[in-house]
Order: sequence, then structure tokens, then C-alpha cells
Amino acid sequence: MTRHIVARTSEIPAGGNKVFGLDGRDIVVFHVNGEFFALLNRCPHEGAPLEKAACVARLTSPAPGIYQRDRVGEMLRCPWHGWEFDIRNGQSWFDPNRFRIRSYPVAVESGAELQKGPYVAETFPVHIEDNYVIVEV
Amino acid sequence: MSDVIDRPMLDQEKTAATRLKIIDCDIHPSIHSHSDLNEFLPKRWQQHLKEYGSHLRTPYIGTTPYPRSSPLIARRDAWPPTGGVPGSDLDFMRKQHLDPFDVEFGILQVLDLFIFSQQNLEFGAAIQRAINDWQLAFWAHRDPRLKASILVGQDGSDLGLAEIERCAKTGEYIQINVSPRANEPLGRRRYWPIYERAQELDLPLGIHVGGYGGHAPTGGGWPSYYCEEHQSNAHTVASNLTSLVLEGVPERFPKLKIVFIEGGFGWIPATMWRMDQHFERFRSEVPHLKRRPSEYVKEHFWFTTQPIDEPDEAKHLRQLIEWVGIDRLLFSSDYPHWDYDDARYAFKTPLTEAERRKIFNSNARAVYKF
Amino acid sequence: MAVTRIDCDIHPAVGGTRTTLLPYLSDHWKEQVVSRAIDGLDLNSYPPSMPLSGRADWRPADGRKPGSDLAMVQRGAFDQLGASHAICNVVYGAQAVFDPYMAADFCKAINDWIAAEWLARDTRLRASIVVPIQAPDLAVEEIERRAGDNRFVSILVPSQNEMLLGRRHYWPIYQAAEKYRLPIAIHAGSAYRGAPSSIGWPSYRYEYYLAEAQAFQAQTLSLIYEGVFGKYPGLTVVLMESGVSWLPAFMWRANKTWRGVRVEVPWVEREPAAIIRDHFRVTMQPFDAPMDATSVADIIDQIGSDKMFLFASDYPHWQFDGDDPVPPHLPAGLVKQMCEDNPLETFPRLKLSS
Repeated sequence: MTRHIVARTSEIPAGGNKVFGLDGRDIVVFHVNGEFFALLNRCPHEGAPLEKAACVARLTSPAPGIYQRDRVGEMLRCPWHGWEFDIRNGQSWFDPNRFRIRSYPVAVESGAELQKGPYVAETFPVHIEDNYVIVEV
Repeated sequence: MSDVIDRPMLDQEKTAATRLKIIDCDIHPSIHSHSDLNEFLPKRWQQHLKEYGSHLRTPYIGTTPYPRSSPLIARRDAWPPTGGVPGSDLDFMRKQHLDPFDVEFGILQVLDLFIFSQQNLEFGAAIQRAINDWQLAFWAHRDPRLKASILVGQDGSDLGLAEIERCAKTGEYIQINVSPRANEPLGRRRYWPIYERAQELDLPLGIHVGGYGGHAPTGGGWPSYYCEEHQSNAHTVASNLTSLVLEGVPERFPKLKIVFIEGGFGWIPATMWRMDQHFERFRSEVPHLKRRPSEYVKEHFWFTTQPIDEPDEAKHLRQLIEWVGIDRLLFSSDYPHWDYDDARYAFKTPLTEAERRKIFNSNARAVYKF
Repeated sequence: MAVTRIDCDIHPAVGGTRTTLLPYLSDHWKEQVVSRAIDGLDLNSYPPSMPLSGRADWRPADGRKPGSDLAMVQRGAFDQLGASHAICNVVYGAQAVFDPYMAADFCKAINDWIAAEWLARDTRLRASIVVPIQAPDLAVEEIERRAGDNRFVSILVPSQNEMLLGRRHYWPIYQAAEKYRLPIAIHAGSAYRGAPSSIGWPSYRYEYYLAEAQAFQAQTLSLIYEGVFGKYPGLTVVLMESGVSWLPAFMWRANKTWRGVRVEVPWVEREPAAIIRDHFRVTMQPFDAPMDATSVADIIDQIGSDKMFLFASDYPHWQFDGDDPVPPHLPAGLVKQMCEDNPLETFPRLKLSS
């Protein structure tokens, strides 16, 4: 596992995402409900870019006509075929064990903490006063 | 499913979809706005479009009867950065689809303006004519990979025949497209003059799913949900196939080639088996058929592959392909629509290189004489 | 003791409203059918004279409708085809009548007639309750009327009605069906309210018959997506004379569509194919399979549940020649299961000894 400092927290707007190239793979980091989540930027189905996914509520129903929404914004709906995935672990809604997006641990740390190292900063300047998103790959 | 993608993209996937060039039999271009058509549409019909709009056998003027699963039924990543709707920007289509997938030829399928569902047949013919011109000017002439079809509504068959003549003279169109849901099932004799002319011109007849024929999308009535309507596309193609075969269209027009577009292909084997199973019982009702129905299917019909079926076991897809016959299948992506098939990953079952070549290229090359 | 072979689909024929059914009609409808000559209600789906509607050797010599003579049915379905028990499904135009009260009285008469003249005369016979599907409340009344008679083992509805069967309109029927452990038997047949296919009215009866398979598909999706099985988890649906070989590709496509569009119907929490395997059964004539053993084995494997298949001859319909209604190349274990175990599980009111 390598820890990559990918962005200042302020660079990924709430409800938005940003794609980073890490070790030859495209990883998309979502900022939802104050948390950050990192996933491979490819749908496990046919490879759609998940950066274009809609962030939707988790939708369940106990009976026809009753729509229960929770975890608003924490389900990804694939931009192509509409498969839904849990943003926290990449698991698909319809078959969590068989179909999942590869997900990566994310941490948010302060510049002061990070300056102690060790980390892979590449050419990324770290400022003591900012917070940073760290992805482990 | 055998092939779940949970790895980064491989280098070869980033450049070309396969080692062979692809013929994509179903690409949807769109107009930016109605004004795109002004240069091709007489003033009288521009005015009609503005004032009266599309008169369809559907409840709404502003949308489809069943709300689709995404805006304009498109992939969410297919909206051009320059603005405009998915499929309306040739440069973006090249960048997102034609170039990375190494598309050798792409066949345009226009669905704009409910082109086949207009109740006013003269208006329908006018926009078909305009769209036929627009396909060349905005697409085929700007990118030689893209191929246009002659769109005609078969219910105004005199107008349709005239349009076929007008377009065929140019030598630039590769197919004649008719409505999948006309006033009557497609095999009925009122439509035969179009089939006769298609045969004479040696142009395949293309039938793309969709449209509104006024009948419920299923034989059981009107469904409540898009997920039901979407699957009923397979009913439409199966019914049209049986209508064409049973009315004897391939028997009467033995050189006619018919291509069903965007119907998928899972439904075909059972449809053929059922036709054959009951042939003896009903033979005296259709004495004009000289052979078992499936024999006509295996010689006269081709099917584009999208939306591909996704059985849990790869071998089931393989069995399906063998039942249909590798030679009948023409790859299609349906770009830029949401139920798009990606040429790299859609066939989640092993195919030999020769089989891939047929499905992704040479079958279409033979049908369309590229 | 002979082997148990439960034929889940045979067709006694109603001669007519002014003949067969007349003694069983209420006084009002007796007078109406006679004074107005309300008769000739054989469905356009099955003209009795059409080859499919009656195999040549199962047609009465005097020209009456195939399936109209008990003794002949006994010889055909039991002696010749080897059934030990058989379920009578009376496919008749009562279920296509526009007047709901006329429909209800005709259906009641059919059920009284089948009980008195068929079930009472041969203990090997069972029947489906013919219900006025046009008016669900009246259909429920008819179900309640028969609920105490275990010789009625299912509820018969046509495959093409005024609307798709999943709609809430029909739910009271499913509530009663679940309560009385009566599976819903959807049988091929149209009320001709709308075109039998999405592309319009076919030219040929052959073409119409082929389109029936798609109507069954639409009904299956409708029942699933409207949430009927979440609401009535004990409900079973039997597709009768639907054809079988369309099931695999149909299930694949349903799964695929549901995965992407299930937000429309969040109450459907499992893949449609899984719901089909649990809640749907299918009669095995016609099977509509190719003639080679490998393909038959593949189709059975693709469907993925041996519990779904029910032995049926479709007597007197001409689905096969010879004396064996079992489609060729089915594995022996499956044949035994579809002749006995599956019907007994599907029709819980059917007790062999009664």
C-alpha cells in the first residue's frame, strides 16, 4: 500500500468528485456528506467512467408505492446502465458479493500531520494550514 | 458473468477496442435544434412544426409515455462539453466513440422528431426527407466512416417510394429504414411495394425498434413501468419477424435482406422454434410458405447485437449465439444511449478471432457491401 | 397401482350457453340467452374447427366440439395418454363478455356445470375456477363460492384481458387466491380488447398463436414489477399453454433491465429470474424446443429450476402426435418430477386420494 496525497480537501467540492491517476490507474474521489471515498473509475460491468455517475439516495421499499430513501448521495448510479453501487465499499445493490467496484482507503489529514511523513507527495506542495485527502493504493 | 472488470484499464484497451476494426450498425446522431433542418425543410413544414408539432399516438407533447431511465435516454457521459444534446456533436462523437473503438463504418440511425410516428403522413414524409438530407450534409459528408439510411414511413407508401427514388439516385445511402410500428404489422401486403423496390435496388431493409404505433406495447395491455416497456421492444421485433415470414415476404422477395436493429438477439431462437413447432398445424393457413419458417430467418434476416443478453453463465451466452448463428449477428453499440454496449466487454463469453471478425465486421460488410 | 401422472391442462368444451350451460344459468340469464340468442361465445383464440383446437383422433365423429364428450376425454386423456389425474381448464368466452354481470353468471354456470357433469362423474378430474376477470369483486365472490370444494385447484384467467394482470385492480383476486391456496392459472386466450401484439392485428391465426408467448411474457413482468409477490408471497402463477423455450432469454433480459431500472420498482428486491423460479410454473405443452437432445438439455439448464415444469397434454389441442405428451429428450428424473411432485406442490389442494 502506498499513501498518495491527492488533493486539498477544498479542491473536491461537496457533492462532486475528482479523478486522479495513481500508479497507472484512474481513481475517482467523491466528496459526499462531508466524507471522501475513493473508487476505481470504471464500472465493473462494461467499464463506464464513474466520475459521471449520479450520486443518489439508497432506495428501498417495503411495499408497492412506498419509497424509502436513506443515505442520500451515497449510492452511485452508473452513467451507462444504471447499476447502483454503495459509495462506501463499492458493492453493487443487486448482487453485493459478485459485483463491486474496487475501492480504496481514504484518509483526511492535516498538513501539519503530513509534514512529519512518511508519505508520497510527488510534487504536491503541502501546507500546514490545509487539510488533505490521502488515498491508499 | 465471467468477466467482471475490477482492474485498471490495460494499455491496449485504451487505444483500440479489439485488434480488428469495428462496423457499428447502430449509432444515433441528433439534431441540435429544429433549426438544423431549416435548410432541408420547406417553409410550409417549418411553420407546421412550429405551430402544430408532432401529432403522435401518445399522451404527451413534451416527452415519451414512459419516463426513461436517463435524460434523453443517453449515457450521462455522452453530453458534449460544447453544449448540445448527446449525439449532436461530430467531433465529440469521434473522440468518445469512433476513434477509440476504431470504428471503420458506423451506420446512422436517426430517431429525432419521432420520425416514424407522425400521424400526419405528409408532415412525416417532409421531415423524413429533411433528415435524409441532413444525415449526408451534417454527418456522412463530414466523416466518411458514417453511413446514412433512407428513412421512409411505409404508411404513406407513395411518398416513401418517391423518397427512396430521390435518395437512391445519389448512391450514398446504404439501407432503407422503415417504421417498426406502422399502422399494420410489417408483413402486410400494403407495404410490399417498398420491399419490392428495396430488393430491386439491392438495399437492405432496416427496422430499428421504437416508435408509437398506437397499440399497447404488449399483447396484454399497457404496462405501468419503463422496465416493462423497454423489454417489450423484444416483442415488437419478434412480432415483426413472424409477420414478415408468415406473410411470405422472403418467399416473394427472395433477394431482400432485412436487418432488425436494437432488438437484441436473445428472443430469436425461441421465436424460430415456436414458428417451426406449430408450422405443421397451421400450414394450410399459409400455403404460400414453401419452407419451414426458421429457414427464411436463417437466410434473409440479420440482427444487431445490442442490447446483449447477460446470462449469469458465460456458456449460456455461447449457446444462444450458436442457436442464432454467428452469421446472423451484426455488432451495434447504440451510442450514445444508456443501454449502450461496449465492444470490448459486452460479449462476456469466449469467441474465436474468426467469430469476432464476423460479428464485429465481416457480416455487416457483406450485408451492406462495404 | 398405476404411476401418478397429473395432466395439468386439459380442455373440456362448453357446447353453448343455450345448451350446455342453460340449466346452470340464473333465471334472468336463462331468459336472456334464449330470448336474445346470446350464444356462440367460443373465443376467437380457439375456433373449434381449426386443426390446433382438436387433434383429428380426438374429434367427436358427430362433429361436436373436441373436448365436449366426457367418455371421449376419459379415453384420450387417461387411457391413451396415461394420465392418472387431470385438471380441466374451460377456455370459453365467458371471460371476454363485456357485461360484468353476464360474465359472472356465465362463469358461475361453467363452474357448476364442470362440478356436476365432469368432476362428479370421474374422481380423477379436477378443475380451475373460471372467474369473471372483468370484475375482480365478482371474481372474488366466485372464488369464495368454490373455496370449500377441493376439486377446484386453481383459478383460470386468460392471457390477454382488459389490462395487464399485475395492476392493483386485480389484487383482490390474488388475495383470495393466496388465502385459499389456489394458484392463478393464466391460460392462452384473448378477450380481444386490444391488438394481440404491439405491432397490431395479425393476419393469421398462426401469427396470433405465436404472439401468445409474448403476452405471457408481458403478464409475467407485470405481476413481478407491480409487486404482486411481495404483497402475496404465497401466490403461485401457472403459465398454461404459453410455450416454454422463451423463458431463458426472457429471464436474462428481465434481470438486465431490472438491474438498471429497478429504481422504478424498488419493492422488487430480487432479480426477476429468481422471482420467476419461485413463483411461476409452466405447463409442458407446447414446449417449443428444437428436436435435438443437446439443445433441450441446454434450455432446461438455462431455466435453472426443475420445479417449474408441469406435465400437460393440452388435450384435445393438437400439440403432438402419438400417445406421449412428454416432449422428447427430457431427462427421466425431470419427467417424474413434472408428472407428480411439481403438480402436487403447485396445486396444494390437489390430493390424490380424494
